Amino acid sequence: MIAEAGHYALVLALALALIQSTVPILGARWRDPALMNVARSTALAQLLFVGLSFAALTTLYITSDFSVANVVENSHSAKPLLYKITGVWGNHEGSMLLWVSILALFGGLVAAFGNNLPLSLRANVLAVQGWIASAFYLFILMTSNPFLRLANPPLEGRDLNPVLQDIGLAIHPPMLYLGYVGFSISFSFAVAALMEGRIDAAWARWVRPWTLVAWVFLTLGIAMGSYWAYYELGWGGWWFWDPVENASLMPWLAGTALLHSAVVMEKRNALKVWTILLAILTFSLSLLGTFLVRSGVLTSVHAFATDPTRGVFILMILCFFIGGSLTLYMWRASALKQGGLFAPISREGALVLNNLFLTTACATVFIGTLYPLALEVITGDKISVGAPFFNLTFGPLFVPLLLAVPFGPLLAWKRGDLAGVAQRLMAAGIAALLATGMVWAWTTGGAALAPLAIGLAVFVIGGAITDIVERISLFRSPFATAMRRACGLPRSTWGTAFAHAGVGVALIGIVCETTWNSEYIGTLKPNDVAKLAGYELKLDDVTQLQGQNFREMLAKFAINRGGEKIGELTPSKRNFTARQSSTTEAALLSRGFSQLYISLGETAADGGIAVRMYHKPMVLLIWFGPILMAFGGVLSLSDRRLRVGAPKPAKVPRALQAAE
Amino acid sequence: MTRKQRRLIMIGGSFAVLAVAAGLVLNAMQDSIVFFSTPTMAMEKPAPVGKRFRLGGMVEQGSLVRGDNLAVSFKVSDGGATLPVTYKGILPDLFREGQGVVAEGALDSAGVFKADTVLAKHDENYMPKEVADALKKQGRWQEGFGGKPVATQGAAR
Repeated sequence: MIAEAGHYALVLALALALIQSTVPILGARWRDPALMNVARSTALAQLLFVGLSFAALTTLYITSDFSVANVVENSHSAKPLLYKITGVWGNHEGSMLLWVSILALFGGLVAAFGNNLPLSLRANVLAVQGWIASAFYLFILMTSNPFLRLANPPLEGRDLNPVLQDIGLAIHPPMLYLGYVGFSISFSFAVAALMEGRIDAAWARWVRPWTLVAWVFLTLGIAMGSYWAYYELGWGGWWFWDPVENASLMPWLAGTALLHSAVVMEKRNALKVWTILLAILTFSLSLLGTFLVRSGVLTSVHAFATDPTRGVFILMILCFFIGGSLTLYMWRASALKQGGLFAPISREGALVLNNLFLTTACATVFIGTLYPLALEVITGDKISVGAPFFNLTFGPLFVPLLLAVPFGPLLAWKRGDLAGVAQRLMAAGIAALLATGMVWAWTTGGAALAPLAIGLAVFVIGGAITDIVERISLFRSPFATAMRRACGLPRSTWGTAFAHAGVGVALIGIVCETTWNSEYIGTLKPNDVAKLAGYELKLDDVTQLQGQNFREMLAKFAINRGGEKIGELTPSKRNFTARQSSTTEAALLSRGFSQLYISLGETAADGGIAVRMYHKPMVLLIWFGPILMAFGGVLSLSDRRLRVGAPKPAKVPRALQAAE
Repeated sequence: MTRKQRRLIMIGGSFAVLAVAAGLVLNAMQDSIVFFSTPTMAMEKPAPVGKRFRLGGMVEQGSLVRGDNLAVSFKVSDGGATLPVTYKGILPDLFREGQGVVAEGALDSAGVFKADTVLAKHDENYMPKEVADALKKQGRWQEGFGGKPVATQGAAR
């Protein structure tokens, strides 16, 4: 009964989405407010029905209703409750349902909080959302219905893939989808603007918070996924340049570029056509990511099932939306008025440079990800493009970008003074040189590039601090005045500083981890001691445990440093009975930002156990950086100027913008 | 500066960056791309010693030998040809004889494939996609080899 109700709710949501995608557009055409307002009510009703559908599937999982095929394939009655719930999206059908639920959530938010939007713009935006929603509802209902019943229900389910039975599944996919799908809003705004043939600074101001929300979630989602892979897969890697990871990195890069170009458009009414294109591209890359992951062209943790009809269907959706929006762009973009002139050396110029490097870097990732697929289709040759390719292309493109980051916020709009900015960045530059020198002296004979990269990271962080110091003129005016100014600074300025500093912090982590990572791989018997990076790791004993739905071999390690015991680590190997498969649970010990990492291998006949141990210096900074970036995004989002909404550009009091 | 000059600077700068990126990509394509091969393909067209490639096939029954200090050797076969592989380190959780494997590394002068990465399937149904495709192409595919790839790659470094 619940399954049928969920299915029916989904069909109703499709019907509502179809209405939402047509009626409001006609209303906008005929200037009929009643028809335009249909968008609002259908978007909210659609959210309600998708929500019901999602709740129905969750209920089926919680109650372990094994008459539903999807539950049988991915659940087990002995599974802990948390994994019963997260298992809802730990499979293809359920994750697509999560996708459309989040799409409906964003549509509902625009409908509920978009009261200050012009009526016709809101109608058009929601109509475009309706198209996307309709396409994906059809996809779910026709190829991946999660509510299908089985004629002969089994007594027990087949359990969720053990690798996915982790708290990471509760956080990573929803975050990532909030990011992916969140970019649909800027896409819809872009398409609506093209349909209306009108775009101005106010448009950018409406779009920016939505882009920012999506970007914050995508940043956290990617970071969370990376940390999950790091501790779950058991060999200490945190980024593999796997096509699926690249699929999430590409929208992030394009979305970051979009955030910056939207600033230019909002403040200076320039780069309009480019911003529209970026908004379209960002969501197109999100769709591409969905296609790569969901179509089965790739094999990875994320590709739950391969079914050619699904791949073809998503490919059709992809072609329709990307092709359609780009055609509309070609047709209408020339009609948009060009505006805003600026010198190459200016804040706008710096932001253009940022966009140039980010999109180029995105393009290299795109080539590295899709070239093997294209080559296989054309010549049949199978190749793999791995980390070396990306290190050689992506890396060099990020160096000039990071060098330019501190200059951007310090340059004035329209016409900047490069020499003046360089002078103000002197302190950051000196700090960077000192850091380079210190690291170089400390690790003599080591890699030459690493100290330089650390210097670059320090320069980026120093630049972010300089920006704040300059704005509140700390050191040049009394401390109390500076503090008052600091409180009065727009939150978006603080946001910029935090986000930029986060990039530097992450870079320090990445460089330290990749350069000075030390490892020990060997076979240990109880009471054996392994030495690693000044730590002594002693294997105390090995025990067997019975978990809720698995058997576990637990190894206990005592960690000593300089004869003093500092902790205990218990890595384990779990054997899941339902799927006859095992997972490796690594154990981690954090020391400051560094971590000790132990994971177990197979047991030998003589009782020895294969062990992999790593000491990863500063590794936590890799994820702390993105958290800082996301925090900056949230600060920016709470900026008063975004909260009060966007007044009509012609009537805006100039005083509001003077703070930048 | 006139509007035209500014535009020229912008466009010139963009092309310079794109050109640099294209150069980087082409350069990286030359050096850092790894081809996939099966034992049969490796026999017919042997790769030069030291040239990295990915070898895919089935681990031959009874060929796994464990040496000292986590050194292992096994044979990879695709039904047609067989290639000996050596590896030092921890094998992935689901590395089994008689099942699919993908190893990355290079041939040494003795014709032995020295792997530095071993990827294995992650449940009883799954076989690496490249291996399945290669076996199908050579007509050596048997039902029951494949199935749902519900899994991750397990790599050992």
